[in-house]
Amino acid sequence: MTHPIVRLLTQRIALGLLLLLAASAMIFAGTQILPGDVAQSILGQSATPEALANLRAELGLNEPAIQRYFRWLGAALHGDLGTALTNGQDIATAMGKRLGNTLFLATCAAVIAVPTAILLGLIAVRYEGRWPDKLISGLTLSTVSVPEFLLGYIAMFLLAVKVAAFPSVATIYEGMGFFEKLRVVGLPVLVLVLVVLGHMMRMTRAAILNVMQSAYIETAELKGLRPFQIIARHAFPNAIAPIVNVVMLNLAYLVVGVVVVEVVFIYPGMGQYLVDHVAKRDVPVVQACGLVFATVYIGLNMLADVIAILANPRLRHPK
Amino acid sequence: MTRIPLSALIGLFFTGVYFFTAVFAGLIAPYGVADIVGGVWEPASSQFLLGTDSIGRDLLSRMIYGGRTTILIATAATLLSFVTGSLLGFTAAVVGGWVDQLLSRGVDLVMAIPTLIFALIVLSVMPVSIPVLILVMGLLDATRVFRLSRAVAVDIAVMDFVEAARLRGEARGWVIFHEILPNALSPLVAEMGLRFIFMVLFISTLSFLGLGVQPPLADWGGIVKENKDGIVYGVGAALAPAVAIATLAISVNLVADWVLNRTTSLKGGRNG
Repeated sequence: MTHPIVRLLTQRIALGLLLLLAASAMIFAGTQILPGDVAQSILGQSATPEALANLRAELGLNEPAIQRYFRWLGAALHGDLGTALTNGQDIATAMGKRLGNTLFLATCAAVIAVPTAILLGLIAVRYEGRWPDKLISGLTLSTVSVPEFLLGYIAMFLLAVKVAAFPSVATIYEGMGFFEKLRVVGLPVLVLVLVVLGHMMRMTRAAILNVMQSAYIETAELKGLRPFQIIARHAFPNAIAPIVNVVMLNLAYLVVGVVVVEVVFIYPGMGQYLVDHVAKRDVPVVQACGLVFATVYIGLNMLADVIAILANPRLRHPK
Repeated sequence: MTRIPLSALIGLFFTGVYFFTAVFAGLIAPYGVADIVGGVWEPASSQFLLGTDSIGRDLLSRMIYGGRTTILIATAATLLSFVTGSLLGFTAAVVGGWVDQLLSRGVDLVMAIPTLIFALIVLSVMPVSIPVLILVMGLLDATRVFRLSRAVAVDIAVMDFVEAARLRGEARGWVIFHEILPNALSPLVAEMGLRFIFMVLFISTLSFLGLGVQPPLADWGGIVKENKDGIVYGVGAALAPAVAIATLAISVNLVADWVLNRTTSLKGGRNG
């Protein structure tokens, strides 16, 4: 008889891997759903039959789709993501540096956004229904109502052009000092923080409010504890699991928000790489980027569930 | 009939204004959508109320025509997502068994990939035209409507009146349209507002990335893309859509909130 936590964890991880496999099939199928074929749509209607035949052979379109899918997946598992159609470069090499840049950006945003969101959530709960709560809710609601790219340009307009506090374009290159890098990514990080802060703070607030309705909170209140003590000692530890879940879901969201923000600030990351190659109809690059984004997204969602399982005290002591 | 609260009235008013200008864009806009009428990035004046854009077109006219494109695509995509999503959701709830399993797991799978990324993958091989955009956005978003309508319908499907209809020998389609749909309508309508906003943000983002509405047609995301270079010189033309999108989003939200509140008060509604 294995421990229930181990059983739950293996189940969840197996499910995650299965989902990832299915997602890779979806990404592959998503580029095959055209009535014609990929070669035709890349080259356009005016392509010569020879050019079409060449491209078909290069893409391996003469084989059945199933066979191509497994070959693609097998190569991807070995770290070989193929070569880009547009410039013949190895995708894995081109992607490596950009993935690092994107993770740097997302990490900076997460380091600022997570503690701020939790703190604001706690304050909103402490002053529930009064002006600090309403102010925080109102501000976060307005940042959620504007798309990411517009937030980016508003920030650029105010903070880079009107007040020259940050550079307007986040060009980043090798050999740049760490602090120099931080200053350059200031604006994109700010925008990403604003984008996830709203969701994260609202969900944290809801999670703690949910716990606040428990009987043991009423007991703590009747004992005469101060409101902040109640929240910090009794409510917060019990709200950790839902909050971790919220944080992970929003980090997954961050991965997507990064795509748009990178384009706005011309930041050499994964998102820009993907968008550029969608416009050029470079299918192998798009598939590879999609696979990486989906892996990160599914991975973070899985991690959220794993932490929730580990943080649940009821599962720690099996009967 | 209860009174409509002030916030909902404001929301209804602004939503109405936006749809009105969208429908009658041709009559309201002072200039044509692609007419070059002035210099590059002229400031706001009595002749050009919002100034001109990156190649000297009247920005206000572009915004009005752009609103039409954005609202048209968002509305069509929302309708598509609601029709497919709720029909499949109701079917899954009423039929149950392996049909339900198949549909639900399929939806889980589509939702495992971020919507924007999936849309980009599909658009890399599809021709970027308005019907394709509506189709891609609507079908991807149908997954969320499916989850909601299935959850709502599962609760209704076990009620006595549904059971009675089944025992009477009514067909499945009849049960869905005459028993489930009327009872599930209110939460769906509230959700529709939120989905509509999401669609506006989605199409704006795609257009901004250059993968949505193609020039010379105007839309809000495209206007940002066309005028973004002006930002560095302190020209705020690219920010005009921000105001439009934010006010539309907030007013539709206000209406959706009201519908939702009304629904919940109806549910518990015998005594209040």
